[in-house]
Amino acid sequence: MRNILEIKNLVVTYGGIEAVKGIDLKVEEGKIVTLIGSNGAGKSTTLKAIAGLVRPKTGEILFDGAELAGKSTDQIVSSGVTLVPEGRRVFENLTVAENLRIGAYLRKDSLADDLARVYDLFPRLKEREWQQAGTLSGGEQQMLAVGRALMARPKLIMMDEPSLGLAPIVVRGIFEIIREINRQGITVLLIEQNANMALKVADWAYVMQTGSILMQGSGKELAANEEVKAAYLGTAK
Amino acid sequence: MEKKKGLSLQTILTIAGIALIYLLAFLLDRIPGVPIMLTTVLRKGAIYSLVAVSMNLLNGFTGLFSLGQAGFMLVGAYTFAAINISSGIRSTVYQYYDPLLKFSLTETLQNALGSTAGTVLGVFVSLLLAGLLAAVLAYLIGLPVLKLKSDYLAIATLGFAEIIRALVQLEAFAPVTNGSQLLRGFPYFTDTFMPFVIVGICIAVVVLLINSTYGRAFKAIRDDEIAAEAMGINLAHHKRMAFIISSFFAGISGALLAMYQTTVQANTFKSAMTYEILLIVVIGGIGSISGSCIGSFLFIACSEWWLRFLDNETYIGAFKVPLLRTGFRMVVFSVVIMIVVLFFRKGIMGTREISLAGLADRLRKESVKGGKEA
Repeated sequence: MRNILEIKNLVVTYGGIEAVKGIDLKVEEGKIVTLIGSNGAGKSTTLKAIAGLVRPKTGEILFDGAELAGKSTDQIVSSGVTLVPEGRRVFENLTVAENLRIGAYLRKDSLADDLARVYDLFPRLKEREWQQAGTLSGGEQQMLAVGRALMARPKLIMMDEPSLGLAPIVVRGIFEIIREINRQGITVLLIEQNANMALKVADWAYVMQTGSILMQGSGKELAANEEVKAAYLGTAK
Repeated sequence: MEKKKGLSLQTILTIAGIALIYLLAFLLDRIPGVPIMLTTVLRKGAIYSLVAVSMNLLNGFTGLFSLGQAGFMLVGAYTFAAINISSGIRSTVYQYYDPLLKFSLTETLQNALGSTAGTVLGVFVSLLLAGLLAAVLAYLIGLPVLKLKSDYLAIATLGFAEIIRALVQLEAFAPVTNGSQLLRGFPYFTDTFMPFVIVGICIAVVVLLINSTYGRAFKAIRDDEIAAEAMGINLAHHKRMAFIISSFFAGISGALLAMYQTTVQANTFKSAMTYEILLIVVIGGIGSISGSCIGSFLFIACSEWWLRFLDNETYIGAFKVPLLRTGFRMVVFSVVIMIVVLFFRKGIMGTREISLAGLADRLRKESVKGGKEA
C-alpha cells in the first residue's frame, strides 16, 4: 500500500514558540492512523497545519504526491482532505440538512447520493433533518460533524478528538462509525486523548510529546508498551 | 412530497400578499386626501427597509458587526445627485464653485429617448451607479478593515463612515459635492409606488442571495468561522462579498433617500443614522429580512408620526405636561432599545421570516391541539 499522506520535518510555530518541532509522519492509504499524546503535545496543531488552518514554518506535507503546505484550506479540501474540528463546531442556527450541504460547499455535482449515504450511516440525522443543529445532543452533533466532513467526499478524513465530552456509550458508537467509514475506503487520521479506544481501532499509531514524535508502532504494539501504558492508558507499571 | 406541496402553497400566498401590498401602494397614489404622514411613513419606511436589510445581510447573516451604513448611503446619495443636477439650475446650486460635472444623465437620456423612457432609464442607471460606487468604496475599505473582528470592525467601519462624511465636505471636492452646501435639482419621486418597486426588487435580490449556496456559506461563517473555513469556505472572499453587496444596497437606499428628500447634504448621514438603522435591525430581529422591514416601518411611523407629540411642549388648560420637550422622543427611543436588548433580545421576528402559509399552518395546529385537549 502506498502512503496517501507523508509529512516530512514539519515545524509549526506560534509567535516564536515551536508547537510542532520537525515531525515525520506517514499515513498509509485505507488505514486508520492515530496520533495520541497529552495536552499541548502538538497533535491539533499538526492537523491544523495539514488542513491549512495554520501555516507551517518549514516542512513538507505531501498528499497523493502533491504539496499541501502553503495552499489555502479551500484548495486542500477540494483535493480530498477534510477535518472534523475539535469540539464538533456544528453550525448551530442551520438545520441538519443545511449543515451537511455546507460540507459539500466546494462540490458542484449532485449531492443526493452523498446525503443518502450519510443518512444511511447516521439514521438519527435523517430523523432530525429539519431540526436546528444547536438543538441536537452532543453525540448527535458529533455525528453531524462527521457527516458534514464526509459530504466533501474526502479521501482522507482527519478527526480532532471526536470523543471529547461524550458519554462512554456514545464514544463507543463514534468509534464504530470510524471503523465503518474506514471500511468504505476512506483513510482516517485520528487524534485522541482517549488513547485506549484509539489504539484499539488504529492500524498504526504515533505518540506525540511536546511537539515531537516519541514512538510509533501498530495499535496493538503500543497498547502493550509499558511506557505508553503508564503515560497514556492509566495503568500502573 | 408533502414538503413540496407546502412550499408551493407558501409561494402562492407570499406572491398574493406582495401583490396586495403593491396594489395598495398603487391605489394610494391615486386616492386624494391621503394623510401626508401616511405617505411619508410609507416612502421613508420603504427606503429604510432596504438599508436595514442591507445591514442585516452583514450583521445578521454573515456575523460581521459593521457600522458603516450611513457612509455608504452618503456615497450613493451624492453619486445620484451629482450626475443628475439639471442644467437649468446648476449654476445656482453650485453657487460658490465651478461645477465639474457639466451634464445631467437623466436630462441627456430624456432628450434622446423622450420624457418618460428617459426618466425611467436615467433614474435606473443612476441608482445602479450609486450602488456601484458605494460597492467600490466598500471593496477598498474592506481591504484593511475586514481583517478585524467584532467590535473592532464596528469601530473601524464607523470611523470610515465619518471620514467619508468629512471628505465630502472638503473644499477640494466642492466642484462635485458642493462642499457643505446642499445639492438639489435632481429627479425625485412624488409617488409611493416607485420607491416600493425599487426597494422590492433590491430586497428580492437579497432574499435570493441568502437562500442560495452563497447565503448558506454566509450563515455558516456567522455560526462558526473556524468550522466554515475547515469546510473549505474562503473566509476573506465571502466576507468581502458580503460587505460589498451590503454596501451596494446601502448606496442605492442612500440615492433613494436623496430622491425622497429632494436635497442632499452630508450632515444628514451622521453616525446617528447608522444607530437608527441598527435599532431597526435589532427591533426587527437580527437575521430576519421581514423583521427588518416591519421594524423600519414601525420605527419610521413612531419617529415621524406617532411619537412626534413627545417633542412638543403641551398644555392641558394651564397645566404644562411634564417632560415633553424637544429631544424627549430620543430619550424614549433609548429606553425602548434598552428594553429590547435586555428583555426581547430576538426582536419581533427573531431569525424567522413571515410566512402566511406558516401562519395558517400554526393556527390549524393550534386548533387541532385544542380539539384534542377538549
